[in-house]
Amino acid sequence: MPRDILIVDDAPNIVLSLEFLMKKEGFTVRVAVDGDEALKAMEERAPDLILLDVMMPKRNGYEVCQTIRAREEWKNTRIIMLTAKGRDVEREKGLAMGADDYVTKPFATRDLVVKVREMLDIAES
Amino acid sequence: MTLPWEWVVPLISVAYLGLLFAVAYFADMRADQGRSLISNPYVYTLSIAVYCTSWTFYGSVGRAAVSGIGFLPIYLGPTLMAAIWWPILGKIIRISKDNRITSIADFIASRYGKSRGIAAMVTLIAVVGIMPYITLQLKAVATSLDVLVHHLEYGFSSGHPAAPWGDTALYVALILALFSVLFGTRHLDATERHEGMVAAIAFESIIKLLAFLAVGLFVTFGLFDGPGELFQKTMADPKLKSLMGFGTLSGGYSSWFSLTFLAMMAILFLPRQFQVLVVENVNENHIRKAAWLFPLYLLIINLFVLPIAFAGNLIFPGASADPDTFVLTLPIFGDQQWLALFAYLGGLSAATSMVIVAAIALSTMVCNDLIIPAFLRFHLQVQEDLSGIILTIRRGVILALLLLGYIYFRLIGESHTLVTIGLVSFAAAAQFAPPILLGIFWKGASRRGAIAGLLAGFLIWAHTLLLASFAISGWIPESFLTEGPWGITWLRPYALFGLSVFDPITHSIFWSMLINIGLLITVSLFDRQTAVERIQALNFVNVFEQGARGGEAYLWSGSVSVVDLKRLVARFVGPTRAMRDFDHFITQHRLILPENGIAPSSLVAFAEQRLAGAIGSASARIMIHSIVKGEELDLEGVMRILDQTSQVIEYSQRLEQKSAELEAATRQLKQANTRLQELDRLKDEFISTISHELRTPLTSIRAFSEILRDNEDLPTEERQNFLGIVIKETERLTRLVNQVLDLAKLESGLMEWHPTEVDLAEVTQEAIDVTSRLFENRSVTLENFVPSHPIILTADRDRIQRVIINFLSNAVKFSPEGSGRVEIRLREEPAFIGLEVKDNGPGIQEGEHKRIFDKFHQVRDESGENKPGGSGLGLAICQRIVDHHNGRIWVESGPNLGATFIFVLPLFQPEKKEIAKKEASPSNR
Repeated sequence: MPRDILIVDDAPNIVLSLEFLMKKEGFTVRVAVDGDEALKAMEERAPDLILLDVMMPKRNGYEVCQTIRAREEWKNTRIIMLTAKGRDVEREKGLAMGADDYVTKPFATRDLVVKVREMLDIAES
Repeated sequence: MTLPWEWVVPLISVAYLGLLFAVAYFADMRADQGRSLISNPYVYTLSIAVYCTSWTFYGSVGRAAVSGIGFLPIYLGPTLMAAIWWPILGKIIRISKDNRITSIADFIASRYGKSRGIAAMVTLIAVVGIMPYITLQLKAVATSLDVLVHHLEYGFSSGHPAAPWGDTALYVALILALFSVLFGTRHLDATERHEGMVAAIAFESIIKLLAFLAVGLFVTFGLFDGPGELFQKTMADPKLKSLMGFGTLSGGYSSWFSLTFLAMMAILFLPRQFQVLVVENVNENHIRKAAWLFPLYLLIINLFVLPIAFAGNLIFPGASADPDTFVLTLPIFGDQQWLALFAYLGGLSAATSMVIVAAIALSTMVCNDLIIPAFLRFHLQVQEDLSGIILTIRRGVILALLLLGYIYFRLIGESHTLVTIGLVSFAAAAQFAPPILLGIFWKGASRRGAIAGLLAGFLIWAHTLLLASFAISGWIPESFLTEGPWGITWLRPYALFGLSVFDPITHSIFWSMLINIGLLITVSLFDRQTAVERIQALNFVNVFEQGARGGEAYLWSGSVSVVDLKRLVARFVGPTRAMRDFDHFITQHRLILPENGIAPSSLVAFAEQRLAGAIGSASARIMIHSIVKGEELDLEGVMRILDQTSQVIEYSQRLEQKSAELEAATRQLKQANTRLQELDRLKDEFISTISHELRTPLTSIRAFSEILRDNEDLPTEERQNFLGIVIKETERLTRLVNQVLDLAKLESGLMEWHPTEVDLAEVTQEAIDVTSRLFENRSVTLENFVPSHPIILTADRDRIQRVIINFLSNAVKFSPEGSGRVEIRLREEPAFIGLEVKDNGPGIQEGEHKRIFDKFHQVRDESGENKPGGSGLGLAICQRIVDHHNGRIWVESGPNLGATFIFVLPLFQPEKKEIAKKEASPSNR
């Protein structure tokens, strides 16, 4: 059964690249362009992992993260935060909000893919 | 009517004076037992009421009978003064207690360098000035006695047989002299209060108040049916009715003003008022209560003045009775002999209290400031006890003063009303006001200034009032008044220097005060004070500031033995008392002094003060001087000591100032720090935003580059698509970097501007051409309303065009694809040109209208989709460009109404300099 990934970002080209990378790994991919859409998608079906941008219109990434972590039934969803703000404080904040890992934009595509696979406990093929 | 009144009245008078003496004796006895009768604000207030003399008792009614409410200023003045007693009187009392001041002459002399000259001068002015006032009292007592006895004996029939005992005034003078001696000179030291005297005059103040009220009540309710009827009847008489207005005082308002002023000065500076207010004051705090009790007393005693005056005018029409004696004649008319007698005793109280206090005050001054200095000049080395001699001198002076008053009465007394004589004295006392008031508030007032002012003021007073009154009495030729002395018309006493608009009193006050104050200030400004003067000036002006004073003790640097000092003081105050005072001082200051040792300067200063209490500060200074061997410190020495003190004060003031400055600096630093923190926060935000904006295209570029690298097997179409994205994002990145750099330049003022003559129509047309591709791409129509004729203004061509392009590209971006419609037009106004671009997009919410011009603020449509290529810097840059041209930029819009972006530019730019300055300050918005 293919793993389910939710991509949340407001920059269309970034979404496009992430979509390409995740689909290539054989994951089922859904897309949301802001926090509200992301939560709507969660209600529909909790994914195995979320790639979550921080700076978004309407609810930002931290809020979304917090909301997800407050729901018992969503505890198995892994969260990787994506942000263009590369400072340590942001990283700490993300982790404090309950994110599982943190990736700084621009990211190396290979590293990202490895990180996602690790997170989903998929052995290196 | 069977009583032999011509004997009964004098007997009762003497008995009354005897009662007074008993009161005084009792008070003195209580004082000796340490249970003072007078140490409370009520007795203090009653003693101040010595202000109300026979002038009040008889004269107010007399004045009211001829001038209506014209008697009021004399009571208005003290009431006003009482309101400001604390700062003035409080200070004078404190100074007097600190310096053991014995009289007003002593006070002024002490302030101005303990000058014997000033002391003598003030004494002379006081004696000459007050003599008429004493005369007034003699006259009042004598007249009231004669009138009372006459009317009691003969009713109101005509004919004036002389009283059987002959010259009433002489006996009155002698008896009053006797009582003054008894009251006033039991002790030597004048600073020791005359408790008995104060108790007696307080008692008299009660009697005169009760007597006046009794007469008033009888007249109002006994002779008439209350004030209503009295008032009605008065109003019915046209002559009397005219008394009720303000115009009744000759001289009108200026007269009201000058009389009120005179009375304000008199309540403080008449020698007898100074005596009871200052010298006899037991406790400074009493003046707080007296400040409202005394005006209350004045109010009550004046309550029945008008009713009595009206009644007198109604009952004795024409001039059948002297208005000054209405208080006596009305009760007799009403057949109330005993009430008349009581009224007479009230008048007697008023007169005697004034005479006793004035005589004591004046005798202290004459003795200390005129006789003793002269006496000491010839008997400096006499070693015997002088205290007895001094007492004898004082008694002699009192007798002489009253006899002088009697002589003055014989010379002049018959021709003047009570009030006129009293005002002459008030005007003399007013001369003391400038040197005292300026002296206690202005350190610069100097001895020579005070002498010049006093002398000139006194001479003008003497000329315009005293000599003039002599002329009226016929004592000197009348031509003195009408043609001036020696025929010099500008010296006419009632029209000095040709000034003839005032009544005589106002005229005299005007000139004497003007010249007194003028000379005091002018001479002082050009004068150099001596050491003693400066020390005394400091002591007086700074009396409430501990530590700023005390130069006095340094003054005596010569050597004198303790025993010599003691012997000197003993000569004037008696050996027992001297011994006691010295021992007290020595124990209090924990000094260990062998009898033959050198006295420390503090002890010398103490001895001088002690002597001053007995013989006045000026004489005391001379006496100490005569036994201290070696010179006083020279001027430089004293100045040095004073300067050290003042340096310390100045230093601490500077310290205070410094710490205040530090506090201010700290405050400024804190503000700056807050501002910096705010700026730091803004900077962080800016960097974080920039970082985000730059990383977003970079992320896409890197991601797709890596995808292209790692996926060689991509179909060509997808490969082309990804490459296109990379190129687009690279363009976006470039644009963004350029805009950030532009914004940085604009904000730091480093942007170079090239203002030229610009045709805005042409520039706009070019901008339309540049953006036409965008319109075609999205199938948006552009309605062009730009006129074809040139519109010239001064501006930076490229920058303005950039604003227009920005407007157009924004409009096309937010207009719906296909159905989009954009209008562009120019607005021509006399002073400015406007450009507006209107679209039919989703519009901008009200709250966003300002924020869209903020850096990195991006407008998103409802779907939240980020429009391509927006950096969020375009409008921020536009705004700065328009600002630089002194224009204005804004948006008009509502949701679903489309948006209209507008800027206006002035046709004429301000001068270049200003533009340059504006550039220098980046945040001129």
